[in-house]
Amino acid sequence: MKSQDISGQAELIIEAGRAEKEYWKDLWRYRELFYFLAWRDILVRYKQTIIGIAWALIRPFLTMVVFTFVFGKLAKLPSEGAPYPILVFAAMLPWQFFSNSLSECSNSLISNANLISKVYFPRLIVPVSAVVVSFVDFMISGIILIGLMAWYDFVPGWRILTLPLFIVIAFFAATGAGLWFAALNVEYRDFRYIVPFTVQFGLYISPVGFSSSIVPEQWRLLYALNPMVGVIDGFRWAILGGESTIYLPGLALSVALVIFLQITGIWYFRRMERTFADVI
Amino acid sequence: MSDTIIRVKNLGKKYLISHQEEGKYRYKTLRDIVTGSLRSLGKNLLPAKQEKKLPLNREEFWALNDVSFEINQGEAIGVIGRNGAGKSTLLKLLSRITEPSRGQIAVRGRVASLLEVGTGFHPELTGRENIYLNGAILGMGRLEIKKKFDEIVAFAEIERFLDTPVKRYSSGMYVRLAFAVAAHLEPEILIVDEVLAVGDAAFQKKCLGKMGDVATKEGRTVLFVSHSMQAIAQLTQRSILLYKGNVQFDGKTDQAVRLYIAGQKDESEPQGYYQAPSNKNGNHVAWAKVHTSEGDGVHCWGRAIAFEFALSITQPHESLWFSFQVISALQQPISIFWFYDPEAAFRREPGTFIVRCEIPKLRLYMGSYTLTTWFSERRSETMLENLRNICQFEVVMHEIERPEYQWQADECTYLEDAFWQSAEKIG
Repeated sequence: MKSQDISGQAELIIEAGRAEKEYWKDLWRYRELFYFLAWRDILVRYKQTIIGIAWALIRPFLTMVVFTFVFGKLAKLPSEGAPYPILVFAAMLPWQFFSNSLSECSNSLISNANLISKVYFPRLIVPVSAVVVSFVDFMISGIILIGLMAWYDFVPGWRILTLPLFIVIAFFAATGAGLWFAALNVEYRDFRYIVPFTVQFGLYISPVGFSSSIVPEQWRLLYALNPMVGVIDGFRWAILGGESTIYLPGLALSVALVIFLQITGIWYFRRMERTFADVI
Repeated sequence: MSDTIIRVKNLGKKYLISHQEEGKYRYKTLRDIVTGSLRSLGKNLLPAKQEKKLPLNREEFWALNDVSFEINQGEAIGVIGRNGAGKSTLLKLLSRITEPSRGQIAVRGRVASLLEVGTGFHPELTGRENIYLNGAILGMGRLEIKKKFDEIVAFAEIERFLDTPVKRYSSGMYVRLAFAVAAHLEPEILIVDEVLAVGDAAFQKKCLGKMGDVATKEGRTVLFVSHSMQAIAQLTQRSILLYKGNVQFDGKTDQAVRLYIAGQKDESEPQGYYQAPSNKNGNHVAWAKVHTSEGDGVHCWGRAIAFEFALSITQPHESLWFSFQVISALQQPISIFWFYDPEAAFRREPGTFIVRCEIPKLRLYMGSYTLTTWFSERRSETMLENLRNICQFEVVMHEIERPEYQWQADECTYLEDAFWQSAEKIG
C-alpha cells in the first residue's frame, strides 16, 4: 500500500457563499487546461477542411478588398496619407479580433455546458480561452498586414512599437464585454441573439471602413464611448504613422471604459459562476 | 490510517423549482423577467395583500438536507439511494461543481470526479488528442498524461485507432477510451458516478477491477455511486444510504444494501403477493403469496422458499388442475410446478382452499422473477384462469461469496451445488 502524506495538506473548505481565495490559486493550477481548451478549439476549427488554416487569411482579406472598394473607391473617403487597403486593414485587425472574441466568448459557456455541469475547474478559463483562440486568428491575419506593407512599400515608423499596448486594450475590451455576455447568456438565452446583432451593428458604428477623422470634432468624445474607437484609432496611429493623429481625450475615455468593463465583467462573472452548473 | 479526509457537516442544497402555469419555456428569457417584474411592480403598487416570501409559481426544493458524515483516508464508500435521493447532488457538491446552500465540506487533498464517462471528449478530435484534452479536463498535467499515455492506450485497447477522430469510433471503443483516461487519474479522492454501467461485460469487469485497485492497493479514498448493488458490495465496506436528501443509513455495506432493496419495495405494489380483484367470480385464484427468506419479496439464493395459492372454488370439478411457472425478467419460463391430487377437497366441494408448494433449496440465480399461474379444467380442456406477471420477487446472492469475482447479472439461470476436486498432476 502506498501511503500518502496528506497531513501536511491544507484543508479546503467548501461552504455557501464563501469568497474563495482559492479561486485564483486554482486558476493557476488549471493553467494547462486553459491551453488545452484553446488548443482544442483551434484544432477543431479547421478539421475536415481542405485549405485549413488558410481560411483565417481569406476571410479578412476579402472583407478588406470589399471595404477598400466601397469606402475608398466609391465613397472616396480620406485615407490619412496611407494606401487605403492598409488604412482599412489596420482597423480590420483589431475589429475582427474583438468581434470574433465577443461572439466566441459569449457562446463559450453554453457550448461547453457538458463540461460545466460535470467537472470542476475555474469557469473563467472557458471564456478567456475563447478569446485566446481569436487572438491566434488575429496573429495569423497579421501576416496579411505585413504582406500589404511589402506590396505598397510602406515602412511604419517608431510608433509601431506602441502597438502591443493597443493589442492589450483590445484584449481587455473583448474579455470584459465577453465575460458579461457569457455570464448573461447562461441565464438568459436572449443574448444568443443580441450578440451577433451587436457585432454586426458595431462594424458600422466603429471606424473600420473609414477613418474616425471624418467624424465632426464636437462628436468625437461621444464617439469614443464605443471602446473600440480608441483601440482602432490607436492601431491606425501606431501602424500608419505620418499624418494620422490620435484623439487623446477619446482614447482616455475608451481606456477607462475598457477597464470598467473588465472589472465589472470579472465581478459579475464570479458572482454568477456559482450557479452556472445549476442553471445551464 | 484514520485520518479524516472528508468531513461533511449539515450539508444542504436548495433548488428553486418553478411551475409555469401556461406556456413552458426551456430557459428564462428577458421577456419573462420584464413581464414578471412588471407584475410584481403592479403588486407592489396595489394595496398590499399578504406578504409572501416566494412567488406563487416558485417552490423551494431541498435536494440534500442536513447531511453529515466523515470519511477516512483509504476508505471506499458506496453512496446508494433511489433516483432523486440526492446522490448526484452530493457528488456535485463534493466535487465543487456547484455550491452548497448550507453547511460545510472540508476536504484534504485533490478531488477528481468522474460523473460521466468521456466528459469533454470532442468528436472531431482523434483518440490521441482526446486523451490529452480529457486528461487536462480531469485535472492532470501535461507531463502526467504523457507519462501515462501508453498505459491508457493499452488499457483502452485502441492502439490501431489512435489517430482516428473519435466520432468514427464504435460506442464501445469510445467508452473504453474515456474510462481508461479517467481510471489513470491519481487524485487523493476519487468520486465515481455510475460509470460502470457501460461497455460489455468483460470491460465492466476490467473497470471494476481497476476501481478496486484504486481503493485497496493504492490507498486512495473512493466515493462510488451506483445502482448496481453487486458492484457496491464488491468495492466497498461502508455505504451511505440516502433517502429524499437525508442520510438514512451510514454503515456496513451489506446492511445498507439490504435496507435499500427493502426500501425499494414498499413504494411499488406489494411484492411477492397477488390479490384477486373483488369482482372476480367462478373458479379462480383468490390470492397468491411467495414466502421469501428475507420477506418483502427478497430471497437469498439457496434458502427454502414457499409458494401459496388460495383457490376460490364455486364449481368443484374432478378434473380441476392447477400449475404455475417461475418466469425470469426476460419473460422466459424457468421452471414449472403442478398440483395433482385426485383426493383434493376442492374437486368435490366449493369454498376457498389453500395449496402450498415448498422448495427446500431454491437454486435460481440472482435476478427478478414473476409467476404465471394456470388454472384449468382438463376434461373439457377449458382454461379457467391464467394470471401472468404476478408475485414479483427478487433473488439475491448475499449469503454466498465468490472470491475475487463478483456475481454478474445473467451469468446463468440457476446455480447448482457442485463439488470440485483438485486434479492430480499427471504430467
